[in-house]
Amino acid sequence: MTRRGRLRLFLLAALVLAAGYAVACLDLPPFGGDRHPYGDRAVHAALARRTANAVASVNFDQRAMDTLGEETILFAAVLGAVVLLRRTAGEARTEPEPARVSAGVRRLGLALLPVALLVGLYVVAHGNVTPGGGFQGGVVVATALHLLYVAADYRALERIRPVSRYELGDAAGEFAYTMTGVCTALAGPAFLANVLPLGTFRALASAGTVVLLNAAVGMEVACGVVVLLATFLDQAVEIADAPGGPRSADGAPEEEPT
Amino acid sequence: MSVLPYLVAGWIFLVGLYGLVTSRDLIHAVGCLAVTQSSTYVLLLAVGYRRGGTAPVFADAPAGARVVDPVVQALTLTDIVVGATVTALLLALVVQLRKRHGTVDPDRLSELRG
Amino acid sequence: MSAFPAASALPLVVAVPLLGAAVLAVAGRRLPRVAADAVAVAFAGTAAAGALLAAAGWARGAGGAGGARGSAYAVQWLGGWRPGRGGGTGIAFVGDPLSLGLAALVSLLVIAVLAYSWRYFEEPPLPPGSPGTAGAAGRSGAFPALVLLFQASMSGFCLTGDLFDAFVFFELMGVVAYALTGLRVEEPRPVHGALAFGVVNSLGGYALLLGIGLLYARTGELGLAQLGRRLDHGGGPDALVLAAFVLVTAGLLVKAAAVPFHFWLPDAHAVAPTPVCLLLSGVMVELGAYGAFRVYWTVFAGSGGVPPEAATRTFLTVGVLTALLGAVMCWRQRHLKRLLAFSTVAHGGLFAVGAGVLSADGTAGTALYVLAHAGVKAALFACTGILLDRYASVDEHRLYGRARELPLVGGMFLLGGLALCGLPPFGTSLGKAIAEEAAGRQLPWLTGVFVLVSALTGGAVLRAGLRVFAGVGPRPRATAAETAGTERTHTGARNRDRGTDRHRERDPDRGRDGVDGGAERTPGDEVPETGGPLRRIPATMLLVPAALLAAALAVGLVPQLAAAAGRAGRLFAAHGPYAAAVLDGRAAHGSSPPAVGWTGTGAALGLASTALGAGLALLAVRGPLPEALDRVLGPLRRLQSGHIGDYVAWTTAGLALLAALAAPGTVLGR
Repeated sequence: MTRRGRLRLFLLAALVLAAGYAVACLDLPPFGGDRHPYGDRAVHAALARRTANAVASVNFDQRAMDTLGEETILFAAVLGAVVLLRRTAGEARTEPEPARVSAGVRRLGLALLPVALLVGLYVVAHGNVTPGGGFQGGVVVATALHLLYVAADYRALERIRPVSRYELGDAAGEFAYTMTGVCTALAGPAFLANVLPLGTFRALASAGTVVLLNAAVGMEVACGVVVLLATFLDQAVEIADAPGGPRSADGAPEEEPT
Repeated sequence: MSVLPYLVAGWIFLVGLYGLVTSRDLIHAVGCLAVTQSSTYVLLLAVGYRRGGTAPVFADAPAGARVVDPVVQALTLTDIVVGATVTALLLALVVQLRKRHGTVDPDRLSELRG
Repeated sequence: MSAFPAASALPLVVAVPLLGAAVLAVAGRRLPRVAADAVAVAFAGTAAAGALLAAAGWARGAGGAGGARGSAYAVQWLGGWRPGRGGGTGIAFVGDPLSLGLAALVSLLVIAVLAYSWRYFEEPPLPPGSPGTAGAAGRSGAFPALVLLFQASMSGFCLTGDLFDAFVFFELMGVVAYALTGLRVEEPRPVHGALAFGVVNSLGGYALLLGIGLLYARTGELGLAQLGRRLDHGGGPDALVLAAFVLVTAGLLVKAAAVPFHFWLPDAHAVAPTPVCLLLSGVMVELGAYGAFRVYWTVFAGSGGVPPEAATRTFLTVGVLTALLGAVMCWRQRHLKRLLAFSTVAHGGLFAVGAGVLSADGTAGTALYVLAHAGVKAALFACTGILLDRYASVDEHRLYGRARELPLVGGMFLLGGLALCGLPPFGTSLGKAIAEEAAGRQLPWLTGVFVLVSALTGGAVLRAGLRVFAGVGPRPRATAAETAGTERTHTGARNRDRGTDRHRERDPDRGRDGVDGGAERTPGDEVPETGGPLRRIPATMLLVPAALLAAALAVGLVPQLAAAAGRAGRLFAAHGPYAAAVLDGRAAHGSSPPAVGWTGTGAALGLASTALGAGLALLAVRGPLPEALDRVLGPLRRLQSGHIGDYVAWTTAGLALLAALAAPGTVLGR
């Protein structure tokens, strides 16, 4: 279709959809309303299981299967990205150029790195008590490691980032979460049931299996994001194009844009 | 206006779709897909809001406090992870597409027709 | 009955492949290829055993924890979060006969795919030093790990009783499918096809999520049973319920490749590795239709949802359009995998029509049709994979007569084509007969649609098979554009291990006529043979399609399956029993299941469509289509442009179309 034809088709359909959606919005309960039956039940159940963070209780206890699926999506995406961004035949590996970083940035980065790591681990560990959890903390940990890339250079990053170890960690996190469920299914009441002692409300050790699952997710997310960033950085920094450069749409070699 | 947040969610969805339809660059297109997805965050969180409610975390709030809906927050968290990972995978595809085709302009990609 | 109730096995059907994927992602690199595949088959087989046991347990009338004894539903509340007074906060896995059957189908097909790709699919070993390689063993664990993840996601999608959980599994299915489709990154087209696939399906997922948000706002629930109950008690349908229905159904129909959401499917199938096509066409697309109807029956079929007339109108219109468009486009393809892909689109439309008449026997017939179609389509793709691997081409014209030396493969291919037409006693014929009778009771001309579409798609397959395997008819004339095409080597396709890597999948030719004016590029790109072509076809690659065809035949011959489908249809196509079983634990006391089996009319119609298909095929091998017909079909072919912006525009138009179809009766004219 021509650009104009495509746009016209889209605008016509969008108009119909916008009208219908606007009318439907008028039937929605008013914004900020009081009626949240599922939410109230979830809060009640979270408090019964002595989980101060109700969101963590919903994620890792009441609807733990959703979180297993979500973690698996991350695992699958990392696996898929690693496979898709593999180095193909004809591509060469080049040594990255050392970068010049100003001393101030270097000092700041190196000072912040342990702080950020600690914050990330804190967020993971306290997921059942304060806002946070495995996903949020895992991302903080993973990106904290890359402060070394920003503050120093790529080779320093490579030294603290043996990718195969992180792939192992990624798989181990996925395995641990699933295995917890399988164990509780085989030996206990149900799949992903909360069978550990519930501890004291608002303490670090509370809410039973939420802590365990949080840790598994935290490891999986941190390692997964590191691997993901590693594959992208690899493409950007290390892998050079095949001799002759990339080909344009009709097959002729193309000039690299300057 | 008490339906404004919901209308905003619908607007974001349509704007993202518009970006996808008129895109000239596949990286821009993947970004528009992310915009489309953020409309779901807005809708979910707007649905779960309770006026005067605080975050559903009882670390410092008393046990009977008025809180917003924790379920939609959990759904949104799941949604964000899903979105980030799908974006990553699609960007990986775009990277390889640039290398094979030499372009990221969808108008110039013509290999799959008919 | 063992001490292990059937219902507890349900989450394990999903969890076991996940464990296997985690193990293979790490260990696969260190294990030899055979060991990695064996591990994958072990995990897949365990899950298959679980699904089959659960299905068998249902057949014997056993219930499970959460379902009353003798209930037809196996209900498992995950984490032990049973619904209390308020409706519960947990997620339920519900095994009703249809979902258990689909889960079993998924597992069996995955095992077939792993067996088929045993010797077929080899990823090039990575040189040492790339991130994540330990030595030069390469990533032999990645493909089986992704396939196991695919199995887990599809099983989870079938078995879950919660709408948001279904969305999560929908997205997982999508992510794995995008990665598997774009697997051959050395070629230019797979990444393009995978990207189109990814963008359109993700949009479907986000539309689904918007619909879930709207439903949650209205009812405050996420579980299918709870949603249905709340809508029942909430008064009549209004614009909000309509919007939610449109968004949710559209999201699921994107996965089901209904018109106009179907554009991603031919592109994805043309470029995905053949084992992946088996899974995509065999079961993933059908799950989209399953999801749409499951959500309709459990959520929107009550008094507060969409009235049956509006729903029928929506499903039938979309189904008929899809079936006809798929059949017509199928006929015009030279590229065998795209031909089969459009045939899947067409059959998906027939499934939508069969289930869209909203009756128990229509659903039962569609279930049988889906089961048998999975076997037949997977077998056809498997045969096409053999052709690709042997001749480095899947172009019907270029392969003319070359495959005469493969009589076994040719026989299976032609048999598959006949089964697609509806030759009795294949299961496709039985399912088609029951579904078209149910549809014909509603609207008599729907029977004609069934006959025509199955004849067209089966005929196209027969035409291709006759040309390729038997050299029937005159050799197709090469067009001027083709003979002038240049041959170019593709840098990406060069493989370092030429000698040993015989099984490498090669980029198939573009299968398009140069006849259609300036809209299409002339084919001319050919990838030279890298390693030697396949000398001897491995036994697994022959056994798998044979087994699949035999299974499709069995679906039509085994009367217990038909009876089980009848009961499954009765339970599926009803609103009340689901919620009663899931929320109250009450056993399903329904009316007696429809009598489902071979009838004289059904068999006669099957023979008629087979004869029509064979006749069309024999006519077609004589020469190309008449010019006038070609000109009419030209605009349709141009729609399939490969441009992502086009596909998104059509998806938006499809959303509007669904809204327009479902509105009368729901909000307008009440």
